[in-house]
Amino acid sequence: MINAVLVFNNAGQPRLTKFYTQLDTSVQQRLISEIFTLVSHRPASSCNFLPLPPLLASSSSSTTGPSDSPSLVTYRHYATLYFIIISTSTESPLALLDLIQVFVEALDRLFEDVCELDLIFNFETLHAALAEMIVGGVVVETTLDKVVAGVRSQGTVAKRPTGGAGGRGGFATRGVWAGR
Amino acid sequence: MEQLKTIGRELAMGSQGGFGQSKEFLDLVKSIGEARSKAEEDRIVLHEIETLKRRIAEPDIPKRKMKEYIIRLVYVEMLGHDASFGYIHAVKMTHDDSLLLKRTGYLAVTLFLNEDHDLIILIVNTIQKDLKSDNYLVVCAALNAVCRLINEETIPAVLPQVVELLGHAKEGVRKKAIMALHRFHHKSPSSVSHLVSNFRKRLCDNDPGVMGATLCPLFDLISVDVNSYKDLVVSFVSILKQVAERRLPKGYDYHQMPAPFIQIRLLKILALLGSGDKLASENMYTVIGDIFRKCDSSSNIGNAVLYECICCVSSIYPNPKLLEAAAEVISRFLKSDSHNLKYLGIDALGRLIKISPEIAEQHQLAVIDCLEDPDDTLKRKTFELLYKMTKSSNVEVIVNRMIDYMISINDNHYKTYIASRCVELAEQFAPSNHWFIQTMNKVFEHAGDLVNIKVAHNLMRLIAEGFGEDDDAADSQLRSSAVESYLLIIGEPKLPSVFLQVICWVLGEYGTADGKYSASYITGKLCDVAESYSNDETVKAYAVTAIMKIYAFEIAAGRKVDMLDECQSLVEELSASNSTDLQQRAYELQAVISLDARAVESIMPSDASCEDIEIDGNLSFLNSYVQQALENGAQPYIPESERSGMLNISNFRSQDQLEVSMHGLRFEAYELPKPPVPSRIPPPLLAPSAELVPVSEPSYSRETHQVATVPSVSDSGSLELKLRLDGVQRKWGKPTYSSPSSSTSNSTSQNTVNGTTTQVDGASNVNSKARTTYDSRRPQVEISPEKQKLAASLFGGSSQTEKRPTLASHKAAKASSHAAEKSQAPKAVVVSNEVTVEKTNHQPPPDLLDLGEPTVTTSSAPLVDPFKQLEGLLDSTQVTSTVNHGATESPDIISLYANTPASVQSSSAEISVPSNKDDINVTSTLATQFIKGPNPKDALEKDALVRQLGVTPSSQNPNLFRDLLG
Repeated sequence: MINAVLVFNNAGQPRLTKFYTQLDTSVQQRLISEIFTLVSHRPASSCNFLPLPPLLASSSSSTTGPSDSPSLVTYRHYATLYFIIISTSTESPLALLDLIQVFVEALDRLFEDVCELDLIFNFETLHAALAEMIVGGVVVETTLDKVVAGVRSQGTVAKRPTGGAGGRGGFATRGVWAGR
Repeated sequence: MEQLKTIGRELAMGSQGGFGQSKEFLDLVKSIGEARSKAEEDRIVLHEIETLKRRIAEPDIPKRKMKEYIIRLVYVEMLGHDASFGYIHAVKMTHDDSLLLKRTGYLAVTLFLNEDHDLIILIVNTIQKDLKSDNYLVVCAALNAVCRLINEETIPAVLPQVVELLGHAKEGVRKKAIMALHRFHHKSPSSVSHLVSNFRKRLCDNDPGVMGATLCPLFDLISVDVNSYKDLVVSFVSILKQVAERRLPKGYDYHQMPAPFIQIRLLKILALLGSGDKLASENMYTVIGDIFRKCDSSSNIGNAVLYECICCVSSIYPNPKLLEAAAEVISRFLKSDSHNLKYLGIDALGRLIKISPEIAEQHQLAVIDCLEDPDDTLKRKTFELLYKMTKSSNVEVIVNRMIDYMISINDNHYKTYIASRCVELAEQFAPSNHWFIQTMNKVFEHAGDLVNIKVAHNLMRLIAEGFGEDDDAADSQLRSSAVESYLLIIGEPKLPSVFLQVICWVLGEYGTADGKYSASYITGKLCDVAESYSNDETVKAYAVTAIMKIYAFEIAAGRKVDMLDECQSLVEELSASNSTDLQQRAYELQAVISLDARAVESIMPSDASCEDIEIDGNLSFLNSYVQQALENGAQPYIPESERSGMLNISNFRSQDQLEVSMHGLRFEAYELPKPPVPSRIPPPLLAPSAELVPVSEPSYSRETHQVATVPSVSDSGSLELKLRLDGVQRKWGKPTYSSPSSSTSNSTSQNTVNGTTTQVDGASNVNSKARTTYDSRRPQVEISPEKQKLAASLFGGSSQTEKRPTLASHKAAKASSHAAEKSQAPKAVVVSNEVTVEKTNHQPPPDLLDLGEPTVTTSSAPLVDPFKQLEGLLDSTQVTSTVNHGATESPDIISLYANTPASVQSSSAEISVPSNKDDINVTSTLATQFIKGPNPKDALEKDALVRQLGVTPSSQNPNLFRDLLG
């Protein structure tokens, strides 16, 4: 299962944190900063997987069974943002990469050229999109159209004022990971 | 942040910005974004918290405003600060009628609260209502909250609605309902075990999305219990086939792959189902082969599917063709430029070599490349692979690589991990002693403080014992090479403590063994160690003891010992040390040195660390001394157990009044039923007994009267006394007596009785014939009533969950008692006990009222005052003797009661047997039935009785409970 989805920017500021397993706020924060340190120091050519830092690897063994404890960090870097998924070893790592891709593409459609600002001011929409895809730590939907339609059905997505953010926009399209 | 400023300016013009948030919020985000340090960010957030605290408490906040506050709270919380002051407002927002606000409320609540938060209880009701809503969006929002917030206790509150939603018209709702059910199953499998079939049903859902989602819970279920789902293999294979053949709507394609996520999930499930099952695997071969062929390996997701195929192939019953295809894909992965694919290739290789080890050799170079890659993740994955590949032929290379890597990294967690791997491999595959010692030296030197102390102990033992072969020359060679290497290393600065301990020990034991190094040289080195690591007491202790050994060996060999000056000063320093351990070692050293060669040799034999030390537990060498002392009029030794028993008894005899002492439990219980008791106890007991069993009253009073005459206890009882104490303690250890249940209290007692039976049998040394016959039965007689009573009085009967085990124990008890007493008593005690219950609960009063007959007394057993039972426990001899009575001459009931209240149950049971003979077969079945479905009325009555019992004695003797419980 997926234990957490995190989004933070290049400075390590969290933009989205969603934990599907119970964790203390302080542990969450330490985890975010640990993962950020690990991820931000990795060269672009290295692979998108990381073994989970020991912080969580040891503390979260409280739940049932070995297959239930998170062990893998999968991340992708788009322009100014890192998207992180913490999962158990039963998830397919490559598929998780594509899951992130679907998520970002969905955001891109919802916000039309998504950028970091959209996420900051609209994290309800961000959460709504995530809730369409992942429920209770399990991936329920990976079809882009359905995710977008699901979020739109819940109300209109606020548009960013056109004047300001044009220069920054489109990390999804610009940073698209070209299937190395 | 440039554009943020622009936005801020734009927004300043209107009161509401384009995002629907106020300027305040924008300012907050802006200032946080511009914060230069964590401290500055914290300061801003703390200020925000203050503002929010003030604002949120204002009266009549417009809902729209409140929504924004809650969003800001979420933001604050996301940044790692505590926003708990606002949780209640988020909870309130979930109650709102407006969908928009409700959704915000649910979102905030799922982010704020965890499943055991106190506020959850305020949401459950809303969730229940929302799950029934006509608006599917409301239902979805509620289901999201259900997945996150419902815990084991609240599952039943929402379960019916969730199950209903499995058939909802909207596929989105069905999906979420399945996930909710999955979460329930995850949290408490028992709560939804009857609903597991729903997952199977949803597999046939019209909507492929729902079907795909269902695969997740099914995967979890199957990984727990493979065999129950073997029948689904065909279905899964056909689904996979359809998916791979693009029968699903175009919408499910992703990067030109037909529903790859569903394929991956199906392959995972097939891997589980086909593992070690040839038949099931054969169904899968075709479809997996097809996927291998069709899969597009240019896209990321295509490779994900291929990787899953390899995992599946390596898990199911092997098929050569598929293995070949898998090997081909692996080589493509490994040759790829993408690190992700390399990573997966290494991982897949690790899976495949379990089946076909030869495949690794084809990829040697690629593996070495990965090992030398700067990417840490890849490197570690490769070490994993190497670890799996290690043989005695390649262990040197692999372990050396690992050690090099271990030295190069700073991550202590992984360092520890890889160090333990090195040790494991070295211990398992070491080609030579020399290499092993060298390897261990390196591991200790660089990760000594991280490895388990056991590893050090293993190393010492290995050096002492050699490699197991009876080759003394090789062993001594191993030792001298160890000594040599340690002498080289010992001078290096900052060695880990564990490693130093090993060094000191080895030098002390074998430093001078081969005569290469002089004693003064070795002791000099050891002194240096003790000096330079003066903060480490353990190392100093090891060093001093090593020095002592060296000197002892010297003395034993007849050489003269000149203590080095530094050594002298070390010993002097240590003998004034704060640590008593060090002091003692120093004094021992001084003492040993002043002894002659013969004495030293027997104290410190050379190379004797592996000799077994024989311990004469009986201290037989003292026999003559003891004998002599006895002849001179000394008192014989009495074991402590007996001594305490005697103490009790003497207490009991001499003091009629209650006295709290260390054995308070027992004699208080004994004291209670003394003469004054009968007049006081019967009234409270009368009422319940009249309700439950009309008969019990007379029998009870009779028994209490006789209790008054309880005679003195004989000394021989002391042993039993001790044993029974065990019984009491055991009972406290069992957490069974929680809820009242009429019949089970009886049976539970027997359960434990059974356990004690064996215990007592083993421990007691009985010599008289009569007693031997009753051996197996006596403990039952003694303890079962006591257990029963205590259970009833303190815990209010036994819990219902106890039922099944006790049934089994019934049988066991029956069997054993039958075997033991066939000749003497017509029926086993246990059976008659059941009879008792039966009578108590089912037989019409007229039967029971027949007091004149001994039969009747049976029913009194469950009602006997617990203190009587306790009292009975004290006196085993009495018990046994009465059992005798009871068995042989049933008419002698009165004397029986007079002697042992504790045995009331058993003896009365025996007595009852004649009249009940026919009943007995029936009763056991009756009892079973009764236990299966406890009569609520009986339970209530029992409960009332229990309460009565619980209250009465405690008011008379509060101390007892303190002792028992404290």
